Amino acid sequence: MSTTLEETLAQALKEIAAATELNQLDQVRVDYLGKRGFFTLQMKELGSLDPEQRRTVGQVINTAKNEFQQQLEQKKTALETAALEQRLTSESVDVTLPGRGQAVAGLHPVTLTLRRINKIFASVGFNVVDGPEIEDDYHNFGALNIPAHHPARAMHDTFYFDAHTVLRTHTSPVQIRVMESEKPPLKVIAPGRVYRCDSDLTHSPMFHQVEGFLVDTDVSFSDLKGVIYEFLQAFFEKESQVRFRPSYFPFTEPSAEVDIECVICGGDGCRVCSHTGWLEVMGCGMIHPEVFKSVGIDNEQYSGFAFGMGVERLAMLRYGINDLRLFFENDLKFLQQFN
Amino acid sequence: MQISEAWLRERVNPAISSAELVAQLTMAGLEIDSITPVAAEFSGVVVGEVLEVEAHPDADKLRVCKVAVGEAEPLQIVCGASNVRVGLKIPAALCGAVLPGDFKIKKSKLRGVESLGMLCSEKELGLAADAQGLMELAANAPVGINIRDYLQLNDNILEVDLTPNRADCLSLEGLAREVAVLNQLDFSPVSFQNAPVSHQNTLAIKISAPEACPRYLGRLIKGVNPKAEVPLWMVEKLRRSGQRSLGILVDVTNYVLLELGQPLHAFDAAKLSGGITVRYAHAEEELALLNDQTIKLDDQALVIADDKKALALAGIMGGSETAVSDTTTDVFLECAFFAPTHIAGKARKFGLHTDSSHRFERGVNPFLQQRAIERATQLIVDIAGGSVGVINEVSHAATVPARPAVTLRKQRLSKILGIEPDNQTVADILQRLGMQVETSVEGWQVTPPGFRFDISIEADLIEEVARIVGYNNLPSTRLLLRSELGKAPEATLTLDRIQDLLVDKGYQEAITYSFVDEEIQQLIAPNDEVVRLQNPISSELSVMRTTIWCGLLRAALYNINRQQNRVRLFETGLRFVNADGVTKQEKMLAGLALGTVNAEQWGEKNRKVDFFDIKADIEALSSLVAQEFTYTAAKHPALHPGQSAQISNADGEMVGWIGMLHPTLEKKLGFDHQVFLFELNQDLILKRQVPRFAPLSKFPSVRRDMALIVKENISAQQIIDCIHAGEEPTIQKVMIFDIYRGQGIEAGHKSVAVSLQLQNFTQTLTDSEIDAIFSRVLDTLTRTIGAKLRD
Repeated sequence: MSTTLEETLAQALKEIAAATELNQLDQVRVDYLGKRGFFTLQMKELGSLDPEQRRTVGQVINTAKNEFQQQLEQKKTALETAALEQRLTSESVDVTLPGRGQAVAGLHPVTLTLRRINKIFASVGFNVVDGPEIEDDYHNFGALNIPAHHPARAMHDTFYFDAHTVLRTHTSPVQIRVMESEKPPLKVIAPGRVYRCDSDLTHSPMFHQVEGFLVDTDVSFSDLKGVIYEFLQAFFEKESQVRFRPSYFPFTEPSAEVDIECVICGGDGCRVCSHTGWLEVMGCGMIHPEVFKSVGIDNEQYSGFAFGMGVERLAMLRYGINDLRLFFENDLKFLQQFN
Repeated sequence: MQISEAWLRERVNPAISSAELVAQLTMAGLEIDSITPVAAEFSGVVVGEVLEVEAHPDADKLRVCKVAVGEAEPLQIVCGASNVRVGLKIPAALCGAVLPGDFKIKKSKLRGVESLGMLCSEKELGLAADAQGLMELAANAPVGINIRDYLQLNDNILEVDLTPNRADCLSLEGLAREVAVLNQLDFSPVSFQNAPVSHQNTLAIKISAPEACPRYLGRLIKGVNPKAEVPLWMVEKLRRSGQRSLGILVDVTNYVLLELGQPLHAFDAAKLSGGITVRYAHAEEELALLNDQTIKLDDQALVIADDKKALALAGIMGGSETAVSDTTTDVFLECAFFAPTHIAGKARKFGLHTDSSHRFERGVNPFLQQRAIERATQLIVDIAGGSVGVINEVSHAATVPARPAVTLRKQRLSKILGIEPDNQTVADILQRLGMQVETSVEGWQVTPPGFRFDISIEADLIEEVARIVGYNNLPSTRLLLRSELGKAPEATLTLDRIQDLLVDKGYQEAITYSFVDEEIQQLIAPNDEVVRLQNPISSELSVMRTTIWCGLLRAALYNINRQQNRVRLFETGLRFVNADGVTKQEKMLAGLALGTVNAEQWGEKNRKVDFFDIKADIEALSSLVAQEFTYTAAKHPALHPGQSAQISNADGEMVGWIGMLHPTLEKKLGFDHQVFLFELNQDLILKRQVPRFAPLSKFPSVRRDMALIVKENISAQQIIDCIHAGEEPTIQKVMIFDIYRGQGIEAGHKSVAVSLQLQNFTQTLTDSEIDAIFSRVLDTLTRTIGAKLRD
């Protein structure tokens, strides 16, 4: 190897070693391997040598060039690695800082409860139906076997618009509307707002009910018991005792109130269950023959059951809410607890 | 109804505890709301008699008494009560007694004088919340007897919550009958000897409304002592039923009402003129009632009248002028049956509700009157003396409610209850309930007793059998639901999906009242005709909302007043609008946003929410139904005129509104934020197209941008419509990506940057084709809306 070549290689390798940036390194590459680079020119000069010399000198140049290229590659890799390291370091973030953007809100606890009730009944084919909230006297009372001046009307503190138009006091009128327009077999639930002219700690002038009914041939009280029992287990996601107590609703007979073993104290007695161990959760019964008569369904061929439940009551028990008034104040601090 | 357990047990006494009795009645449909001991726990208190009273040597207010307590020697007891006097009978707590609150009585010295017990007030025994002085016992109270026995304090008050169908249980006898049936026992009806008749005087009775009053019995009792002392047992039974003692004549009528369930009325015979007529009132006739209220009657009101005027509101309340008092010596007792349909609603009409109206509305046994008037007579005569007149009874047999037999089919019973009870069990249950039962081939012929107004059809009997068997003894089956496959309609989006979208966009669901403050309603929607409640709960909840905004704005204010400065709410529900005499009830979806776009967060400059933020939320909603809504600038009384739009769907139907709350309203309602609102009709936004596939182009798409100078009043929509109007098939998408005003743009104008996305289905577009499209579009824009290309 000629002295010049040796010196030049040493100089080149020094330059590689001295490069601290990729562009510097690239300049070194261009200086030695570019069109006018040292190694390129050396190779070109080979053409003027005789073949024997050309091979010998060529080999020497190639060795030097290879040495240079290898060092160059190594240095490039080293610089790239360092650059990446540096980027990674500079780009690292505090992953514990919160994310940005629009936060997700939530549904009202009444809606959450209604959706669960709907889902449970829809899973066995009940249709979800709604109806008007301003109702006529006939659908709210008359067709449900509650004639004018019936003492049961006094139990419904009714909002009136005129003598024959009311805010529905229960979701039962939907039962009438469905039975008027459709033929059995029927499996329906009707959730919605209802209104009573009463407002205090435990009464809201507006609240929600879910009415449900089933009409078919050979439906018995035992079927009603089975459906209600299964619903309550599903709703509270808990094996709980359920009891049926005789009661009175003009539109069902036999009628029953349904109590569930207190979900708060497990039946031992607490403030929520008034120390009885039982919670009244819904009313139900076999659809009254007079109701079938008013919608033209043959009471001999068909039988059916109906039930009604207060949604706020179920929501309170499910989520441990202790004040009915919270439902309609719409305080974000209350609502956001259900997000 | 409230009644003493001990009194009930006088008639039927099953060998079960109080708690078991409560559970049994509750499970039979006679819900016991509460069971309360009549007195607190205490012991060691006896009836004492004060024999001597002397002043205390060292204390002005104390007395040193000698008290007989049934022991060999009287006890010395120091007492501070002002009513202590010789001869008084009082409750005396002996040494070793424990009073309520675990207060132990011990031998002690009061200012140096030995005291061997304590004389008690009602408060100290836990019988009353307050007391003035010692409890004064009757003069004939036997000295030394335990006060709990003497006052029968080992008793509970049962509060029975009866359903309207069980009027037959609104009495001691009714409840006793039920308890007997449940325990398979016999109960002892109240038995007594009729007081002998000693004169023939009576008043003439005329019923001119026999359909309302099928039966009326009257009797004159002369020479009673109105000041006769009411016996302790009667006072206590009345007290435990929540009735104060008001003198012997009133007490007896109240007592018989509780005992037998028959309301009676006692008139002061001296104040009556002529005979008794049961008639409808004359229009405008007035009547001063016992409760000091004077009412104006109408021709629907049934009254008891004498020859001159109305005396009492039949079956509801007596009049003050003819009421008995402590000077009454001759009494005319009324014992009638009024038909439920003629009493129902009448009391409420006058704002009244009495024990009497409560029973007559629900049904009193129409065959009870004879026995009840005899019972009342006997009690009056036994306690207050008097000579008894004959009973004058007027009855209209045709209007007395009949109790026709009801058929109960065995097959029906099984079908409804899902059980197969044996014949004897069914017959036995019905008979014990007082029904006459005849067995037939298919079941039973059942004639209900007079007191069961609620038994008229087969279902009533089925319920009775179920009730006595016990609902919890009936089987519970897993219903084999005859199900069809469910439906999955795709052309309607569910409301749930829309709600979820809004939730994900940061809107919290609210539920507000459907009735609102008329003032707010009037401010927000002055042109809507409201539906007004006749009997609102308050003036702030008096009209039905014609827009959900009323409630949302209130809810937003509620939160702002509680230090929230960013509120996003939505609500779904009905709105109510009167139009052409018809009330429309429309399902709506409304939202509200105020404050910053995002909750405060690090690292990003936050800004206030504006029109386009909520518009984006509605666009997200419309893309769920694959619809493009059109927004047209329009004026709404509640909204800022420059920031409000009417929204319509692809079919051109008016879907709703979006905009900023009008600054005037913002101020009036008390907001210090800009408020953005939207409201959409649910039915119109839930309609969607079932998607249809369109083929994709294989050729590349090209984007060309143009910056247009247009006048300020040219809307983005006009520019887009104008571009689409050319019906260039290659234009796939038009997008506005910048608006610029200011330097370089003439005043009153703006620069709108629009991008066109072009794509052909059959070939790659060439530059010259693209240029041609571009200049055609520009030409149309220039001609139609005066747009110029920006230099």
